[in-house]
Amino acid sequence: MDLLNNLALGFSIALSPYTLVLAVIGCFVGTIIGALPGLGPSNGVALLIPISFSMGFDAISALVLLTSVYYGAMYGGRISSILLNIPGDEPAMMTTLDGYPMAKQGKAGDALVVSGVASFVGAFLATVGLMLMAPWLARVAFKFGPAEYFALYMLAFCTLGGVGSNNQAKSAMAACIGLGIAMIGLDKTTNMQRFTFGNLHLFDGIDFLVAIVGLFAVSEVFHFIETHGKNSAIGVKLGKVLIPWKMLNDTKGAMLRGSGIGFLAGILPGAGASLGSFLAYMGEKSISNDKASFGKGNPRGVAAPEAGNNAAAGGALIPMLTLGVPGSGTTAVLLALLLTLNITPGPLLFTERPDVVWSLIAALLIANVMLLIMNVPMVKVFVKILSVPSYILLPGVTMIAFVGIYSLTGSSFDMMLMVGFGVLGYVCRKIDIPTVPIILGILLGNAMEDNLRRAMILSDGDWTYLFSSPIAIGFWIAAVLGFLAPIFLRQFVKKPPLPTTDED
Amino acid sequence: MKMTMFKVLGTSALLSAMSVGSAFATECIAPANPGGGWDFTCRQIANIMYEVKAIDAPMQVTNMAGGGGGVAFSAVVADHNTDPDVIVAASSATTTRLAQNAYAGMTADQVRFVGAIGADPGVIVVAKDSPFQNLGDMVAAIKADPASVAFAGGSAVGGFDHMKPLQIMKAAGFNDITKIKYIGVDGGADAITQTVGGFTQAMTGDMSEIVGFIKSGDVRVLAVLTEERVPGFEDIPTAREQGFDVVAVNWRGVYVPKGISDDQFNTWATRLKAVADSEQWKTAMAENGLAPFTKVGADFQTWVDGVIADTVTLSKEIGVIQ
Repeated sequence: MDLLNNLALGFSIALSPYTLVLAVIGCFVGTIIGALPGLGPSNGVALLIPISFSMGFDAISALVLLTSVYYGAMYGGRISSILLNIPGDEPAMMTTLDGYPMAKQGKAGDALVVSGVASFVGAFLATVGLMLMAPWLARVAFKFGPAEYFALYMLAFCTLGGVGSNNQAKSAMAACIGLGIAMIGLDKTTNMQRFTFGNLHLFDGIDFLVAIVGLFAVSEVFHFIETHGKNSAIGVKLGKVLIPWKMLNDTKGAMLRGSGIGFLAGILPGAGASLGSFLAYMGEKSISNDKASFGKGNPRGVAAPEAGNNAAAGGALIPMLTLGVPGSGTTAVLLALLLTLNITPGPLLFTERPDVVWSLIAALLIANVMLLIMNVPMVKVFVKILSVPSYILLPGVTMIAFVGIYSLTGSSFDMMLMVGFGVLGYVCRKIDIPTVPIILGILLGNAMEDNLRRAMILSDGDWTYLFSSPIAIGFWIAAVLGFLAPIFLRQFVKKPPLPTTDED
Repeated sequence: MKMTMFKVLGTSALLSAMSVGSAFATECIAPANPGGGWDFTCRQIANIMYEVKAIDAPMQVTNMAGGGGGVAFSAVVADHNTDPDVIVAASSATTTRLAQNAYAGMTADQVRFVGAIGADPGVIVVAKDSPFQNLGDMVAAIKADPASVAFAGGSAVGGFDHMKPLQIMKAAGFNDITKIKYIGVDGGADAITQTVGGFTQAMTGDMSEIVGFIKSGDVRVLAVLTEERVPGFEDIPTAREQGFDVVAVNWRGVYVPKGISDDQFNTWATRLKAVADSEQWKTAMAENGLAPFTKVGADFQTWVDGVIADTVTLSKEIGVIQ
């Protein structure tokens, strides 16, 4: 009953015509920000913070607006993943793997609806989880020390083989390129410079958004120029959007599993939505009887990561609200917003400021329902933005990519870097090296290294410390299985057919 | 189609308006992304300075992240050296990095430090089930076996949070400070999580980072590193009264370009004083765990020079700089 009372309190604050209008605007802007390559949820939210201040919003209105943008961007990221093979933001990266092949097979509408519903399921379940169990789940973060985090990242890297390419060695190589790039910048443990060549712009390392936009969007432009627009990703046609009930029914298991995995990844500070969608995808693939169809347009490969990344977005709010530890880049920005509104997240936020917490939760539920309405029946509106003729869209995407990256850092250096990544992406495409593992390497490399080194400092260099808790051991076992199982099973399963070369 | 183009253009126009637009007279540069101390400093100063009529047009806040503040520092030195309308948020992290040559060769004398309006007191914190009841217990344990106590803090090795336990141990007469274990994690809340989780034995950080955890009873504060006990937290003893003469506060202030005139420098000092004395700022400080700490003008510059000199000495001892 307490819960219902609290929820009623939240809705009574959040459900005014004024805030509803803000939620609609936030959802719409968020979806567009998410869909545009180069603008992810974190810079979308960051860009809107100054606006909400200059508009003089109170705490609740600002929260409603920005959480709508946050969830909206998580929904929107998938649209360009599916239609353009360019992830709108980093958690949507996994959605390109099966979403784009589906679009190429003429099932773009199906893919968008399935992923939209999966996003709703993920976000909804995560919000419910946040509502019911936040204070209790916050304690999970206390169980994760350096050894546990290191093992978790190890699990992600061990299951990397076979993502986006049929050649495990090439995946591994791509991951190593990513890890190498992650080494650039100030070493967080000692504050020493590595590979910066004294250039201030390299001190903070390479921003993964720069890498993503370069590797996916800019390289797409190069490819487009080379082929004179033939076979390019751009310009996938979208037919009539019908609700594919059967497909939804077939993928409901994937959605639920994806939500669960994503939610757990979201709760852990330092894992975040990208890891959530990645693990959801790999988990779904590993329990599937039909592994070979993943990467070729399996709807479950769309549903799982989308549910995963949206659930992680909700889960990431838990450590942010209850511990003040942001679980992802975007929650770091939301945390900043709360602090500027003089609301300090911490263990007592739920009891001291129930109005804030519960109106935030109500705002999340409102945003989620609105986004489902916007993204399933009205998906064509957003698709229209992306389905103009490629000779208009491509310069547009390029321009937005440059503007987006420039707005991140305000330096031309990052734009040059982005073009450099475009060249790298183009070369990788020519020699069939998948680019997803490169991004994962950049995303997770630093955190993995930092945790290893923290573990070594705490244990005075004793390696057994890495296996010192049941949680860590569990991750290690899963990692070893994830790495060995594909090799071992290959002897029993029929040899997979030679990689079907795509037209590109 | 027209509609589509309109949307694309509209979005980009919106974006460029957000990143460029500046019809404001004065500007505060926060050398980091929105959130965190520097952004907070700029936004509060911008709001309050206009509210108390120290400036007659609203102040623009610009975020210029990168290089731990180095990108903004070099931009000010190179492009704004004589600009009387720009201030840049700074804190102990700024001077620590300048002292350790972490801004690619730039030095503290390339700008002028105009004032601090508050400070986040340094704290040493343990989990509620820790055997250490006071700072003396912990110091004794470290002296007996330096490996038995690991600290977690929000800055890298050699950063401000790392310096606090080192200063305490030096004050206690323990000179083998490279033996003290420290891990740098992503911010104070993360450091608390590691300490409450039992992975490290103590947390070193700022008061504002732990306020929620003090109230919830998850942690015990062994000492606050200020001269006097902090208002609102009178039951927390200072390190000084426990016999360890260490004062370490993370001040919140601003610097201005080197090339402005003394009059312009003094104008900023007066405006900052007006903010520091305002009711609005006092409320904001209380809500964010900050303690009063006002030093403006030439006084502040002298104080900063002293802090930098101390940091250089300590950094050399632990080998962070040569």
